[in-house]
Parts: sequence; C-alpha cells; structure tokens
Amino acid sequence: MAEYSALRVLTQGITGNRGWRPAWRKAEPKPRYDAIIVGGGGHGLATAFYLAKNHKLTNIAVVERGWIGQGNVGRNQTIVRSNYLLPENHRFYEWSLKLWEGLSQELNYNVMFSQRGVLNLAHSPEQLDRFAERGNALRLAGIDAELVSREGVSRLCPGLDISPGARFPVIGGLLQKRGGTARHDAVAWGYARAADRLGVDIIENTPVTGFIKEAGKVVGVETPHGQIKAAKVGVSVAGMTSDVMRLAGVDNLPIESHLLQAFVTEPVKPLIHTVVAYGCGNMYVTQSDKGGLVFGGGLDLYNSYAQRGNLPAVHEMTEQLLALFPNVSRLKLLRSWGGIMDMSMDGSPIIDKGPLPGLYLDCGWCYGGFKATPAAGWCFAHTIANDEPHPLNAAYRLDRFKDGRTIDEAGVGPTPRLH
Amino acid sequence: MLIPCPVCGLRDVGEFTYWGDAGVKRPSHREKEAGPWVPYVYERKNLRGKHEEIWQHEHGCRQFLIATRNTETHEVLDAKLAGPFGGDE
Repeated sequence: MAEYSALRVLTQGITGNRGWRPAWRKAEPKPRYDAIIVGGGGHGLATAFYLAKNHKLTNIAVVERGWIGQGNVGRNQTIVRSNYLLPENHRFYEWSLKLWEGLSQELNYNVMFSQRGVLNLAHSPEQLDRFAERGNALRLAGIDAELVSREGVSRLCPGLDISPGARFPVIGGLLQKRGGTARHDAVAWGYARAADRLGVDIIENTPVTGFIKEAGKVVGVETPHGQIKAAKVGVSVAGMTSDVMRLAGVDNLPIESHLLQAFVTEPVKPLIHTVVAYGCGNMYVTQSDKGGLVFGGGLDLYNSYAQRGNLPAVHEMTEQLLALFPNVSRLKLLRSWGGIMDMSMDGSPIIDKGPLPGLYLDCGWCYGGFKATPAAGWCFAHTIANDEPHPLNAAYRLDRFKDGRTIDEAGVGPTPRLH
Repeated sequence: MLIPCPVCGLRDVGEFTYWGDAGVKRPSHREKEAGPWVPYVYERKNLRGKHEEIWQHEHGCRQFLIATRNTETHEVLDAKLAGPFGGDE
C-alpha cells in the first residue's frame, strides 16, 4: 500500500494516527558518500531523488544550510509553463512539464499541480505578432499554444479590464492550457520524502563552509559538523551560487544575484481562473486555492543578497496588477516575500560539470527555477551520474559564453537584471 | 534606499538607473581577440557585502556615479562621480 493514500488516512484516523513516520529522517552526516548535493532546495532534492531512482546511486547526502523549504522553493509564485521560444529552452521545459503531469503519482505526494492555463497578454499588434511566432515555434515542437483574441481573453478572464480605456489596452494573448500552478512546499516535502525513502541522507542546518581539494580535485565539503567526503559534489544553491563557489576558489561565474519579491492579498471568491502575465511590465498573477491573489515578478534591478521586501517593488507590482484588474484595488496585502535569484548573463540556466574536477553546477535559473524543478533534478542527476550532460541540458554549458553560444530568450544581451 | 548624489544630495533610488559592477575592467578597444572580452562582458564577482557599482542619476543631474553599497543590507556607504566610461583611451 502506498505510504500516503485515502485508505491509509482512514485506517490511521480510526487507530489514533500512531502509524505515521516523519516525512524524512534527521540524518547525521556519514564520513563518506558517493555524491553530495549542496543545497536542499527543490532542485537539490529532485537531483538526489533522480540520482537514487534513475541511476541507483543511493549513498547520497543533501547538505542544506537551513531547513527544507526555507529558501526559494518556498519563495516563488508556483507557476509552471513551457512556452519558451528557443528550442533549447522549450525542449527542456516541456520535459519538465511532462514530469510535472505525473509528479504527484511519482512521489506519492499531492503537489496540487493545477493545469489552469497560462495566459500571456499582448497590448500591441507587434507583441501579438511575436506571440504568434512563439506559438508557432511551440506547436512545431509539439507543445500546446493557442493565440487568443481580445474577446477570447475576456472569456478566459472575465474580471480583466479589456476596455479601450485601459492604461495599456489588451488586444489578445498567448495561452498555454497545460501550464498552471503547483503547491511549492509540497514539491519540496514530496521530493524530500521520496529521496529519503530511497536512502538519501538529508542533512539540515549544516552550511557548507569550504570545499576539500586533493590535487586540484574537489573531494568533499567542510561543515561545522566536520568534513564530509564524496567522489562527486553537486552545487545547486540558486542566488547563493557565487558565494558558495567562491569557497571553492571560483569567483568569475556569469551570474548576478538579484532580489525578486512576490505578494499575496486577502482571499476573495474565484476571480482569476488562469495564470495571467501582464505584457507591458513584468507581473504575473494567479489566484491560490485559498482565494488570495498571488502576484509579483519585478526585480529590484540592483545586485542584492537581502532576502526581504522593499517598498518600490511593492508599488510597481501593485500598479501593474491594478492596471489589469482595477476591481481589486480595495484588497489588502497579507504578505510579501523576497528570494535571491541567480540571474545569468543570457537569462538561461547552467547545468554542467565543472568548473573544477569533481564539481558539478546547477545555477543561473533567473525567474524560472520552480517550474524547472523536475527536469533540472532529472538532468543534473544524469550529468553527475554519467559525467556528461543529458541531451536536454547539453546546451546549458557553463562555457557557452566564451564561444558566443548564448541562449538569450529575451534578446536583451548580457544584462542579467533585464532577463 | 537613498543614494547621496555628489551633485544633488541625498535622493531616492527611484531617480537612479543601475549599470552594474564597477569593478570590471574593459579591454582596450584595439583588442581584436574575443578571449579578453569574456570577463568584461560575462563574468562577475557578484559580491556579498561591500560592492562598488555604477549608477546614473537619470532623473536628476544625469551624472554617472560610483557608489559603494552593501548588497546584504542595501546601505549606501559612499557615492562619487565616475570618470568617462572605462577603457584606456
């Protein structure tokens, strides 16, 4: 019988709930592992899970400085989509979306993946042309995309202001029906539990303070609880990438850390039925199952390691939300949160071995880390286990910047804050 | 966040545009090889704590500034006028 099921809830309910186990053990570090993953976020946990499941490597530790769910995996907008223009990106994110579609079954953990659709709004004929181009590229790759008229937008999203008097009148949009949202905490907990059950040690409250090197090769990590040795060390720490890699003597990564904030309002009755992306700014809004409007998307636009809110971004995002939905102007904000994004120089991620022998790197996720969680874990695990990338992440090389093979989805050049 | 513009005084961050790390060194414009340009265009130290960076007081005196700021607390420690934009000529 599956560990979590309706039958189990029922039988446990009538027997005093004495049969549940903690979702993961409080593991003590062993002196040596086959592989260590630094960073117990969504990507790190997914990597450990797929290393154990797909590659049968079970002597693995995930080393996390805080606790599971504390970092960006619990500080995002929970949006999942694969509607990217460039083939390197849409192939990768489509594989991620396919993994999302089976994830609750795979992990035996309800991640509440809701394919409510992702609607990108167009506010000018030129923008609609670009959406048509992107939609065609997606459909040629077998990925669903639909160009939507202004009336279609209104049908999908009756609360949206599509009047000609709007600040930037909406003229249409691009819809990906299979996109949607997932419960971010459940993703972290689900991967953690599934990895734990396959024998992975999840070591919380243990910051990595250094890397052990032998003859130039990384052979483990230093922590306040002592050394942990491993043949392979994967680093998957998002906004802290430059910080952690500096400990290994690498301080020239194509990454800037930026602060991204999101907000949630008090709950209201169903108003927004899809994920809506504003086309004249950088704002996404969804309505959570509890009814709160979750929105955000704009960076502070300067380097930051401060994991906290900042008023100018609150103003900016709220103005953008009200430009689309003037009817929510009376709602109160309940919470805001900030996460540190590893903004890469071309807006696309890096999943590669190196830059030092024994080291593997997963970073550069910009805003896209959450939706990438399953595929990033899948591909990073493949890269670590086989010492070479999977075809899906072959283009996400660290040295692509040196030979000009950047993957610049937004076409804005090496300006991390604009991706 | 407030930035002390040497020309206009203490002003709100909304008046300024961020141009990034002031620590990167631009190669000579006579440099024809791609290699020396890679660190300038793509590689960043991305420091935690004290960080020297270029800002422009776009909605004020329009001068370029080199500000020293703490990236962990957002405290601006110093701002001075920048010279011409990099390069050796």
